[in-house]
Amino acid sequence: MRAALLTLALIGASMPAFAGNDWVPPVKDPLVLKECGSCHMAFQPAFLPARSWNRMMDELPNHFGEDASLPPEKAKAIRDYLTANAGDVVTAGRARKYMQWVAPGGTPQRITENPDFERKHRRISERTWKDPKVVTRSNCPACHRAADQGYFEDD
Amino acid sequence: MIRSLVIAALVALPAAALAADPARDAILADFAAQAKKADPAFAGFSAQRGETLFRTKWAKGDERTPSCTACHTENPKNAGQNAKTGRAIDPVAVSANPKRFTDMDQVEKQFVRDCKSVLGRECTAQEKGDYVTFMAGQ
Repeated sequence: MRAALLTLALIGASMPAFAGNDWVPPVKDPLVLKECGSCHMAFQPAFLPARSWNRMMDELPNHFGEDASLPPEKAKAIRDYLTANAGDVVTAGRARKYMQWVAPGGTPQRITENPDFERKHRRISERTWKDPKVVTRSNCPACHRAADQGYFEDD
Repeated sequence: MIRSLVIAALVALPAAALAADPARDAILADFAAQAKKADPAFAGFSAQRGETLFRTKWAKGDERTPSCTACHTENPKNAGQNAKTGRAIDPVAVSANPKRFTDMDQVEKQFVRDCKSVLGRECTAQEKGDYVTFMAGQ
């Protein structure tokens, strides 16, 4: 019994037992959490392929209209983490579905434009999207309270 | 009980009023040196100019952020919300958030981003020092 519990606990630690299909591996790197998470949630790298993250890091001075430049050594460490944990590298959880929609060689930048995102949010009303707490579609934690942990169940 | 509260208030008061932090003082000294270099007539920072900077509707950068208050609210002691991303922002007033303006890299990075976004240009060293001075007194 005890051994079984321990086994369960170990499985739980490595891969959340109730993670289901709406889960992606959470960001664990403190630098990525800090630098990518200061203006918005630090989005999980599994939502985009590695080549998208490379383009993202190349274009930081114009990051969705914002100058998000970083010192080279920080940018390199962040790029390494994002590309090593990208959706086409880890293929874990929801990433598999997202990657199915990415064109070969494509470098999408907006996670919210993935057809899987759109399908999962098709019943969300305009009124909800316009709620002052939401502001923009990329504000995951406004509705998904455990988004930063990688959980995106219907809340 | 009341007596201990009074004592606690008396002890807390001077600390809050000064809001002194060696790291913040060093940042202000750095801005002061830069301001003096840019203008030899520079005669110190002004919390009042800092407040004007904070409240002015510049509307020279991103249309979603015409002023600092667009994200930080009219009261810098309040938590704010990023007008572009919806992300919560910790209070910018030092009394409400003593960690503010104690990390030069962080401070410079945020001024670069936010000044472009609100004023449509970089801020001068004097503007930055005025802003920090205003927030340190809030």
